[in-house]
Amino acid sequence: MIPLSWYLALSAAVFCLGVYGVLGRRNAVAILMGIELMLNAVNINLVAFWRYLTPTFIAGQAFAIIIFAVAASEAAVGLALIISIYRNRSTVAAEDIDLMKW
Amino acid sequence: MQPELLTWLIPLPPILAFGLIVLWAYRSNRLSHTLAVGAMVISWGMAMAVFALALARPHLGENPIASSVAWLPTGETALRLGVLVDPLTAVTLFFVAWTCLAIFVYSIGYHNFGKPRDPNDRPGLPPHAGGIEPMYARFFAFISLFAFGMLTLVVSDNLLLLFIGWEIMGLCSYLLIGFWYGKESARKAMVKAFMTTRVGDVFMLLGLAALYTSTGTLNYREILFNEEVLTTLAEASSGVLGLSMAGLISLLIFLGVVGKSAQFPLHVWLPDAMEGPTPVSAMIHAATMVSAGVYLSVRFFPLLTAGWHEGSPLTLPMTIVAGIGGFTALFAATIAVAQNDIKRVLAYSTISQLGYMVAAVGIGAYVAAAFHLITHAFFKALLFLGSGSVIHGMEHGVHATHGHIDAQDMLNMGGLRKSMPITFVTFVIGGLALSGFPIVTAGFWSKDEILAEAFGTGQLIIFGLLAVAALLTAFYTMRQITLTFLGAPRTPAASHAHESVPTMTLPLIVLAIFAVSVGWVGIPEGFLGLHLPIPNWLHEFVGGTLLEHPQALPFQWIPLLTSVAVAGLGLLVGWWVYRRIPAGGADPLVGWLGPIHTLLRRKYFVDEFYEKVFVRPAYWLADQVSYRWIDRGLIDGFLHGVARTALRIGSFLRRWIDLPVVNGFGDLVGETTKRAGRVFRQVQTGQVQGYLVVGLLFTGLLLSYFLLVRP
Repeated sequence: MIPLSWYLALSAAVFCLGVYGVLGRRNAVAILMGIELMLNAVNINLVAFWRYLTPTFIAGQAFAIIIFAVAASEAAVGLALIISIYRNRSTVAAEDIDLMKW
Repeated sequence: MQPELLTWLIPLPPILAFGLIVLWAYRSNRLSHTLAVGAMVISWGMAMAVFALALARPHLGENPIASSVAWLPTGETALRLGVLVDPLTAVTLFFVAWTCLAIFVYSIGYHNFGKPRDPNDRPGLPPHAGGIEPMYARFFAFISLFAFGMLTLVVSDNLLLLFIGWEIMGLCSYLLIGFWYGKESARKAMVKAFMTTRVGDVFMLLGLAALYTSTGTLNYREILFNEEVLTTLAEASSGVLGLSMAGLISLLIFLGVVGKSAQFPLHVWLPDAMEGPTPVSAMIHAATMVSAGVYLSVRFFPLLTAGWHEGSPLTLPMTIVAGIGGFTALFAATIAVAQNDIKRVLAYSTISQLGYMVAAVGIGAYVAAAFHLITHAFFKALLFLGSGSVIHGMEHGVHATHGHIDAQDMLNMGGLRKSMPITFVTFVIGGLALSGFPIVTAGFWSKDEILAEAFGTGQLIIFGLLAVAALLTAFYTMRQITLTFLGAPRTPAASHAHESVPTMTLPLIVLAIFAVSVGWVGIPEGFLGLHLPIPNWLHEFVGGTLLEHPQALPFQWIPLLTSVAVAGLGLLVGWWVYRRIPAGGADPLVGWLGPIHTLLRRKYFVDEFYEKVFVRPAYWLADQVSYRWIDRGLIDGFLHGVARTALRIGSFLRRWIDLPVVNGFGDLVGETTKRAGRVFRQVQTGQVQGYLVVGLLFTGLLLSYFLLVRP
């Protein structure tokens, strides 16, 4: 059986990819995608811990499903926002969206 | 209705009328005079009812109509306020009510009610051309207040209430003398009248205070109808000039009378008071204010004469009073001879007649003084109102002929008997009463009684003074009648004069009836040795006011003959000298008397003397000492000093405390916050990825701390 640490390594790698995507990409849609990656890395963690450490409790799986739901709604709201911004400002580049600047 | 309640109510209607006119009715002239005259008619009716009730009451002197209420609590006792109708009040009320009513009605006509308002007339100036008085309603408000003051004074049962009425009249006389305040002379006269009477009033107030201190009451009956109090006062020494307490107090009160009744040396205000409208002259100089002075001196007769008995020589206070009265009577009569203004002659004659009354009080002729007070009120009101009618007619004539002459100068008149018959007849009746024309006029009986008393009590100096004054009175009265009414008109204005309206002539007729008939109540017993069917009613009635009823003197021929002779001689000479003065002609007295005439015409230079001795120094004192030194130097200096010190302290505090500490701290907080904000706002880039980097960094640091350092 594959040891737990492999899953954790995979999860960390996916999380780092997500972080890079969020911080490094200019496109807002890509940033959203980065966030999805990070959420899914967490999900991998949750499911791996559940399977290896407490397989009798269902809590880990339930948590993962809740995170799916959250990720889905986050993606829906986030995309709606981005479309709205695009309609108004004709851009989805993150550095152009600086209305909160001093 | 009870007589007490009725007495309380007598002064009420005029004050109500005053309030109503001042607050609401002043817009309507008709409503204003209806209110004023209506109120006076109600007061008059009540006064007559009280007079009738008083007559019907047996022994009114011992058992007067009296009622009082506690007014001001003073320590253990209370100052009581009340009304009193004793014989003296009753007769005073009678003549005051009649003359006031006559004057109220006369004022309607005098102020040209019913004529249109002349657009050229200004408030504060007399109407030019017979238009209605611009301040018609105001006049009626003032005289209503005046009548209130007089009626209060008459029905009062104590000195304090009397003093209140006295001062209300002082105020009204000020307001009414200056009624035509557009004229500078009127403004001066009003101030002069007020200030001069004030001199007397201050002494009177002192007397009042002294009386209250020594007796604990101001009620007439408790002092004047109380043998014990009078004796105590007469025996107590005041420590001033060897006078008794009674003498001192009565002299102080008498000084109030001197001011109010215009006796020498405070007589100067009365002739100037002629600046007011003629009804005011009649009101002040006949019916009310000057009568109030004599009324007071008659009222305080028992105090003045405390310790004196009929037949004994006069006490010092009595001598002073008699001397001032007698001197004033002659002094004013001589001035009246040389005056050409019709109202001024009457003013001086008033002073002179008041001197008669005061002299009568001084020699102990109580009833005679009261008698002359009553008759004088009627015939002098009549003469003043008559002169107002003459002036009115003359003003009409002046206006009709477009002349520019003085409508009050008698040398501009003449021949008015034809154009103004009612005024002529009534004026002659009043004039004869003033001169003391024998038998038929009221003035004869009262004047004769004073002369008889002076002679009978052996006061020959006073008798002489009064007899000469009577001669002069008859002379200047006839001079006035002759110059005004007899002969031919001396100016076109006089020939265009016309009779006054009925509201003016009717009061003249009523007063003329009284000027004759009121004397009949005081015909002495045994006159001409006859036993007349009418007894000397007035003597019995008014004498009852006193504790000790005065004795009527036996009839004597010398004073009667003197009085008839001086009256006849004066009248005859007055007519003979002035019977034909041509138009523009001078007064023959000017040539005969020379410089003395100037002295008389200028009123013995008393006004100039007062101007130099009192008025100028008072102005100098006010300007140099009070204003420059005390006010500007001392008070202002002190205030400026305080202000300067405060300013210094303020500057110090501002400079060393407010600016550096308070402001510095406040500014420091504000500035620091501002600078910090400027620095820290740099981090707000608006770049969401930048924020995330920072977030990641700190999360990393925090995690490192908790995972690496803490465990």
